Amino acid sequence: MRNDALLRGTGLCLAYNGRQILDHVDIGVDRGEVVTVVGLNGCGKSTLVRALLGLTRVDSGAVWHRPGLRIGYTPQRMKMDPVMPMTVARFLRLGGRYDDGRLAAALDEVELNGTLHAQMSKLSGGEFNRVALARALLRDPDILVLDEPLSSVDYVGQVRLYELIESIRRRRGCGVLMVSHDLHLVISATNTVVCLNHHVCCSGRPREVIGNPEFVALFGRRLAESLALYVHQHDHSHDASGRVVSEPGDRDVRPPAPGNGGA
Amino acid sequence: MMEDFILRALIGGTSVAVIAGPLGCFVVWRRMAYFGATMSHSALLGAALGIAVGADPTAGTIAVCIAIALVVVFMESGRLLASDTVMGILAHSALAYGVAAIALMPGVRVDLMGYLFGDVLAIGWGDIRVIAAIGFALGVGIVTLWRPLLSVTVDEELARVEGVRAAAARVALMLMLALLVAVGMKVVGILLIVSLLVIPPAAARMISATPEGMALKSALLAAASVALGMSLSLTADVPAGPAIVIVASLFFALLFLLRRGFDGLSARPPT
Repeated sequence: MRNDALLRGTGLCLAYNGRQILDHVDIGVDRGEVVTVVGLNGCGKSTLVRALLGLTRVDSGAVWHRPGLRIGYTPQRMKMDPVMPMTVARFLRLGGRYDDGRLAAALDEVELNGTLHAQMSKLSGGEFNRVALARALLRDPDILVLDEPLSSVDYVGQVRLYELIESIRRRRGCGVLMVSHDLHLVISATNTVVCLNHHVCCSGRPREVIGNPEFVALFGRRLAESLALYVHQHDHSHDASGRVVSEPGDRDVRPPAPGNGGA
Repeated sequence: MMEDFILRALIGGTSVAVIAGPLGCFVVWRRMAYFGATMSHSALLGAALGIAVGADPTAGTIAVCIAIALVVVFMESGRLLASDTVMGILAHSALAYGVAAIALMPGVRVDLMGYLFGDVLAIGWGDIRVIAAIGFALGVGIVTLWRPLLSVTVDEELARVEGVRAAAARVALMLMLALLVAVGMKVVGILLIVSLLVIPPAAARMISATPEGMALKSALLAAASVALGMSLSLTADVPAGPAIVIVASLFFALLFLLRRGFDGLSARPPT
């Protein structure tokens, strides 16, 4: 096992009501790595995350956490019921005891300063997700586990949230495990894609995965081809002024070889 | 000079009220009003069984409330019936069994109206000791379990990942509700306990920005409802239990309308 391994699931199996939800799933996240689980609705994505967090039992297989692992988690579709009055500050303090300075710094990190005393139920979907992310960051996590962090956020908000997650990973060097169904965003900002359909169809670097026949069979040739084109266009990033900046070495994304895109 | 029975009623009533407020916040937040009603409706059966076996009616009430709560949890997992149906069956059957049990008990004179609507002006020093002991235990429980309970109420899975023992917190809340029903029965009666759990927190919601603020204001509003309700009872010759609930409902109506007016003035779209 690699020395910077944070979390591993090996041979995870889980059946529910006679249906096999997880079928011998292997997955792992290392320090500084972004791993994204993709798949169609009902493919077992959220169940896998819940199993890795110890929120649900598995029938067989093993979940390993690095000893003392600190997890920052944002659940899927979390929202604040207006029945409970809750300021952003109080919500953040549900996760631990922090002074105002730390809360302000955490909100700063998710680019949401000045909302400390706002009511949670008045936030937009994107703002809410950022506050949830801030609560996860306050725990000083070794790994961020984000279940559909982009749900209920519009497209522009999704891009910004993805950039934010990436900048947090780079700054803190933590691992990120994400569940998402937006393939375009995933492909452009992930080290490892795990394509799940109860079992792991394929996993690896984004461009390897989109060329994989199982991936093509699952998502369809048209989408796979458009993603291949997308990888080609997004194998570099732009800084604020629009200049091309190269990515760290482990981000080995090259244009696809001719004819390889949808094969 | 305040008469002794008024003093006793005031002590007993406000002790229950200041606990019912914060505990009732969880009932409101977790949408457990009907669950509370199911527990309290079964309290009469508990009291009857307690008397029948020669034990204290309060002990019988606590035991039956807990048993009913467990039955609700068990039956909900069956999924063939919605939980409000399950609770409707249990609440009203338990009440019917309770009334029948009391009618059938030979040679025991039980004040049925007192159980149903409370008789706070008749509580004795013995009752006060029970209320004080249970109330103190509940107060300690609420303060020590406040953080985990709140965290689990906001998002149970996130709370668990952050190390909160969610199942234990939920069981503790259920036990605390059973204890509150047992002492609340003496003040407003089993048919009106839920009002003490729901109305003051609902009123406090209108003027609160944080969960703690809402809990504190609930306690104050509940205590004020007890005190003012008792004076209404003494001056207008209305039974004390209903008088307390009437005052609480007036507090709610007032704060609800104030909030509406305030929101209307600030011309914000409704959320």
